[in-house]
Formats: sequence, structure tokens, C-alpha cells
Amino acid sequence: MLERSWPAEGVTRVPYWVYQDEDVYREEQERIFRGPAWSYLCLEAELPEPKSFVTTFVGDMPVVVTRDAKGALHAWENRCAHRGALVCMQPRGTAERFTCIYHNWTYDHAGNLASVAFRKGIAGKGGMPAGARPESQAPKQLRVSSINGLVFGTLSTQVPALEAYIGPEILPRIGRVLKKPLRVLGAYTQVLPNNWKLYMDNVKDTYHASLLHLFFTRFRINRLTQKGGVFVSPDGAHHCTYTEIVDDQGDAYEKNGMRSAGSQGFALESPEVLDQVDELGDGVSIQILSLFPGFVLHQIRNSLAARQVVPKGVGRTELHWTLFGFADDDEAMTKRRLLQANLVGPAGYISMEDGAATGFVQRGIAGSRDRASVIEMGGAAIGSGDSRITETAVRGLWKAWRQYMQV
Amino acid sequence: MEIELQLAVERLHAQYAHALDADRLEDWPNFFTENGRYRIATAENEARGLPLPVLYAEGRGMMRDRVQSLRHANIYEPQRYRHMVSGVIVEPVSDGRVRSSANFLVLRIMQGGDTTLFASGRYLDRIVLAPEPLYEERVVVCDSRRFDTLLAIPL
Repeated sequence: MLERSWPAEGVTRVPYWVYQDEDVYREEQERIFRGPAWSYLCLEAELPEPKSFVTTFVGDMPVVVTRDAKGALHAWENRCAHRGALVCMQPRGTAERFTCIYHNWTYDHAGNLASVAFRKGIAGKGGMPAGARPESQAPKQLRVSSINGLVFGTLSTQVPALEAYIGPEILPRIGRVLKKPLRVLGAYTQVLPNNWKLYMDNVKDTYHASLLHLFFTRFRINRLTQKGGVFVSPDGAHHCTYTEIVDDQGDAYEKNGMRSAGSQGFALESPEVLDQVDELGDGVSIQILSLFPGFVLHQIRNSLAARQVVPKGVGRTELHWTLFGFADDDEAMTKRRLLQANLVGPAGYISMEDGAATGFVQRGIAGSRDRASVIEMGGAAIGSGDSRITETAVRGLWKAWRQYMQV
Repeated sequence: MEIELQLAVERLHAQYAHALDADRLEDWPNFFTENGRYRIATAENEARGLPLPVLYAEGRGMMRDRVQSLRHANIYEPQRYRHMVSGVIVEPVSDGRVRSSANFLVLRIMQGGDTTLFASGRYLDRIVLAPEPLYEERVVVCDSRRFDTLLAIPL
């Protein structure tokens, strides 16, 4: 149990110890990642055929996700029942079964212990006693569920079904993007020098997007003056924000003298990097969606990606990006997606700053465990709306986090 | 002749690296032909046959856009690179073109002095020799799929 008190202001303040304390980190692993929450594991497209597998993480816990011979999905802790070694070393592939290299204990696709080497000894000598029950320490098996090709898992038997966990506000926004079978274009990892929650509240922070990411503003891709909005689930856990395709000719940024205002004569020589085809047919140019605790789905023009947030200690986070298109994309669409890959990832025109900004927070707060960040744009409300000059979704994150952490 | 070719390619690699390390980003597109391609990839994606770039530019215009954005739009902590390029292999192809493969290490030096090994990998190049050696294609295959914080300056 955490011995902590939250600032009296409630959800408009987030105390900095949440990003700094080892015991908070450990408690989160138990209460959130191994608790009643669904964590993103991988794409179904990464398990294209029977007997294929990928390795992934749920918080700190290493996990193997498999498709068995009959096509069913499974996920289980990547830990041998015997001495705790990783069972599966490869990041992906196909396998008939999984054999721990240490002492050759083997597992089936569901993570059941199938055999123990020399269990009965040899010629009546050695081996385990008849009453031994090594299965009692078998890898934990996760509940698995998938939506529109996204695979999630949880150790919890209590958490509701995935669809109910996500809820009716956010669920349709996933189906809006993932309409068809997916084709993986590639993956990479961005290592962030900060606590995992700083990345999540950055993602949910609709207020920062056009102020930090100047590329957006300079080229009028996303200004807060453009039409858009935000959805937040009632428990605060999940969010979705979107911006419509419009040609913004306003000058609100210039009138306010903002750093992100367009500079005269600054234009792209090769604007095809931004050319969007309205493939989803609803005039939305950007949609960023997050699910608690650590999943992000983005549509930025024709760039589509899943981002998995993997905590690696109090002050370090890995962001596993998987970019994809649809299986039926033609050559021109694939090329468009690859050009628009320039917008995202560690070298992304509109995403590279996130790692810098969240890292700056981690460094800035080093001497102020006793202080809190001010999250008061849009008041204290948590809910959906049509303004993005709000921190409503950030407050949602903290509402949900406090519920899980009982603090 | 073979030695001259080797020297010409190594000189191009060296000049390219010095330009980036000395923050002469505006010179960077000029190491490419007008329609030259530049792509940062990872060894993992290449091995899986996946086309995703970390950074991709087709032609000097897109490269100039990248430099403009780094200078005027993107925000990142001041940093420098130091390139080490070695093991340059040159293979003539045809009609004034060669292929080159070279190893690189890039150290990243932050404003506070923190120096880390930021990237390692191979440059896989197609080079046009006349009138002066220029990259027609430069593929930067990073050994690791991981990038620390951000990749602003090209490799």
C-alpha cells in the first residue's frame, strides 16, 4: 500500500513523486500492469500463420504471444517454470513448441508445461519424485482478446471483456481506422529518458500538440483553431482526439505572438510528404487514441501506427512503434505511407519533440517531489468536448491512475 | 585507377561526415544528386523485408525541407555528432557508377557534455562519379532498432 497523499486540489494537480519513486513504480506493476487492465501485446498481422509467435511485454513482465495450430491466440509469461529463465529468446518466428535453453523444459503454444527433461531420471536413477509438481510454478497465462487486429492481454480474471473495458465512447474510434486486414510496414523503438506516465500524459495532452510541434503549426497541419475534438471515457482511462482536414487560413497564432506562429516565406519544397488521401472517408486528418495503461493508435494523415509504451524503470521508457498499412494497399498508397513515416517516430517532424519534452520534465522535477504540475486548462472537468485547448484527457489519466493505485 | 576510385569514394564519405559533424546541415543535400535518395533503415526491418524508413528523402528538395525544419521548426536539445567511417568497400557497377559499403559509428555529444554511442551500422551507397562524386542513393542501415530520445541530425 502506498503511503502517499494527493494534493487537496485533486485532479488539477499531479504530484511529481508519481514520476520519481521506486515504490510507486513497483506498485504500478502489480496494481496496473498485472492488475485489472488490458495491455496491448501485438498486431494479429504479426502472427499471420498457425504456430507463429512474437515476444512482447506487459509492464516489466516478458510475454510470448502465439497462434496455435488451430489458429487460436494465446499469451503467457516468458518464464520457465523451473528456474525462471526466458523460454523464448527470438523476437518472432514460428515454432512447433517452446524449449527453455537452460534445462530443455518444453511448452506448448498455450504456455502449458509439456515436458520436463529426464523427469523420471535414467535407468531408475535421478529425476524428480513422483509427487513433484513443477506445474505449480508454470508461466502465468493471460486472457487474450483482439479488436480490429489489435491483440490485448491481461492476467486479471476480474477485468471486464475488452470491448467493455474500452467502452462505447472510444471503441468506434478504433474501428474507424482499422477497417481492413493490416500489413506491417516495419517497427522501431524510441527510448525515452522519462517515466512512462510522462509519455502517456503527453499523448493525452491536446493542448501541447500545436505549441510544441512547430512543424504542425508552420505548415498548418494542426492548429487548435482547426475543427476537432476530444473524447474521454467516463473512467478517464482512455481518450481519442481528432482534427478535421481543413485549409486553415486563420491567424490566431500570429495575433498572439506565439513562437509556433508561421514565419513568413517558410514553405515546403516537397509538400508531397503531407499529401493525404481521405481513405477513411470522413475528413479526419489526425486521430490520436490512447488506451490505459500504455497503448496509442495513431492516424496522422495516411500514417497508421500502434505505439506500445513499455516501462523500463522509474526514469526510462521504451516506445515500440509498429507502422502499418492495409493488406490491399496499392503501390502508390504504400509509397505515401512510407513518405509520411517522416512525420512520426524518433526522427518524426511532428513527434521527435515528445521525447525531449518529457525528458525535460523528468530532469526539471528532480528537486521537487513536494510540488505538483498544474493541469487546469479547461478547468477541473473530465469529459468529451469540441475544444482541444484543454487538459481534460490528462486529468482522465490521473483519475484512472488514482483509482488503480488507491491513492 | 582502382586506388583513385577508392580514394574518391572515401573522400566523399569523409566530406559528408565532416559537414554533418560541423553543423553544416545546409551542405548535406549537396552531397546527393538532384533526385538522390536518402533513407535511414534498421537492420531488423531490412532482414524482415519491411520497407519502413526512420527517415526518408527523395531528392534534394526533401532534404532541404528536413534541414529547414530542423533549423526553424523542430525543437531539440543542442547536440553534435562525431562520425567514424571505416572499412570502405568500393565496387564499380557501370557507366560511371560505383557501389560502396562502409561501416559507421556516430557518437552524440549533448550540450552538457554527455557523450554516447548513438548509432552504428552500414552505409550502402550508389555513387555517381562525374562530374564530381555524389550519392545517387545512400541507405543508412542502423544495427539497432533502438533510438535514444530522438534522431534530429541526419546520420
